[in-house]
Amino acid sequence: MSAVVDVAHLKKRYADFTAVDDVSFTVEEGEIFGILGPNGAGKTTSVECLQGLRQADGGDMRILGLDPRTESRQLRRLIGSQLQESALPDRIKVWESLALFSSLVPGGPSWESVMEQWGLSEKRNARFGNLSGGQQQRLFIALAVVNAPRLVFLDEMTTGLDPTARRETWGLIQRIRDTGSTVVLVTHFMDEAEQLCDRIAILDDKRVVALDTPDGLISRYANQSVVTFSTDRADLDFLTTVAEVTKITRTGRRVSVTGSNALLAHVAASLADHGLMPVDLQVSRANLEDVFLKITGGEG
Amino acid sequence: MGTMMRLSWVELKLFLREPLTVVFSVAVPIIILFVLGGVFGNEATGPGEQVVFRGVGAMTYYVPAYVALVVASVCVISIPTHLAGNRERGVLKRFHASSVDAWMVAGAEVAVAFVLSTISAALLLLAAWFSYDFSGANSVPSVIGVFFLLVLGFAAFGIFLGAVLPTARSAQAVGMLVWFVMLFLGGAGPPPEVLTDGMRKVSDFTPLWHGVLMMQDAWLGLDAGLSWLVFGGIALVSAVLGLRFFRWE
Repeated sequence: MSAVVDVAHLKKRYADFTAVDDVSFTVEEGEIFGILGPNGAGKTTSVECLQGLRQADGGDMRILGLDPRTESRQLRRLIGSQLQESALPDRIKVWESLALFSSLVPGGPSWESVMEQWGLSEKRNARFGNLSGGQQQRLFIALAVVNAPRLVFLDEMTTGLDPTARRETWGLIQRIRDTGSTVVLVTHFMDEAEQLCDRIAILDDKRVVALDTPDGLISRYANQSVVTFSTDRADLDFLTTVAEVTKITRTGRRVSVTGSNALLAHVAASLADHGLMPVDLQVSRANLEDVFLKITGGEG
Repeated sequence: MGTMMRLSWVELKLFLREPLTVVFSVAVPIIILFVLGGVFGNEATGPGEQVVFRGVGAMTYYVPAYVALVVASVCVISIPTHLAGNRERGVLKRFHASSVDAWMVAGAEVAVAFVLSTISAALLLLAAWFSYDFSGANSVPSVIGVFFLLVLGFAAFGIFLGAVLPTARSAQAVGMLVWFVMLFLGGAGPPPEVLTDGMRKVSDFTPLWHGVLMMQDAWLGLDAGLSWLVFGGIALVSAVLGLRFFRWE
């Protein structure tokens, strides 16, 4: 089966600057695909080109088999979208916005059923401006899927939300996938990408600089763990011979052992062999944030 | 319900929920009409026996003029503010992403302008009917025909303003300014005969002045010449420029 999104060497220039220089990736059916990067990396411009909202200047694109440059009309009927910095009028009611956007794509499910499915029935007569941040996102998601799209683009869904609303929105994004749609998620939150995405493309300075699963990225770019424990024992030299250990530091009773990813098992086995059973043995693994900082040239 | 109908219906409700629209397109014209009626009665002569109000009574002059004014109020204040606000908030971009066409957005504004203008004109006529003695329409079909043209022309003008003005606030400021200038100099304020030459030059450039003349001509069976040509010209230029400068974001 061909990829849902297939983009190669996408370019977008404006008169005085390049917004997207070289972006390539494919998205498979049923994935939540993350596009992660610092502000100005070209994330939003890229997905807006893919939706045919901006005209790309170079590269090849196939979205659901269509070319967004020449077939944007047909394409927009098959995709759902939440754009960055795009709101609704404050005085529009929840049901009015659902009915309106549902009428744009005839043949989809009824807007009443979408309202029911996404838990908006209680708020049906509430005005958009009176909804909480989380409820607004819920409505945006319902509007994005009102035409039962095969592919949904979500651009910075959770910026400005409180932690509870963010978690709730994550659940909704997973639900979009569970209902059978493929999701392309643009975000600058590491934890969001790590939590939700099957694969992630990291954009920096207008190009894709890394693309893999979250675990793949971590083991490739930040393959480091730190195991810590406390002991009174003075002689710990035996640990230096343990596989994967690269560094041992000690502050009073507290010991930190640094090494590559499978470190914990090796250290734990060695400690047990030497009769040490620390109760506070812990491991902290590198996360996506470490990968990101390493790749995009930040400190770390 | 089709997209176009649905969009127009939602837009109409949004306009009616906006206090600015209700105040300026319904309340304010009626209030000013009544102040003018209180001041001038239905006399056709000004101080020093100068013939004013095109030689007809004041209310006979003002009632058709204010039918034209309510159309201008809806189109010049509400439409630009609403359109620019929708672009500013990303609503238009969102429409665009859901394959709404520019002509649908424009068409919905025209439909809303038509309905709102009809409602305010009806309320205005009703209020005037109970309070003043003025001439009824000379030719109802001509009045309705001119009303249609005024809605189309002023809506094009309003869409043009909404297309070129970047934010809701700037659109509201400019819309109000244009509206007040038109109100005072465009035939809906002091009788045109008492304006200075300079003021009258400004009047000649306001679409309202020509709209007022068109409506009065249809209402009173007068003939002010080529007003419809000037009005049509302004409308056409507005439509072309509005389309040219329309932006989704």
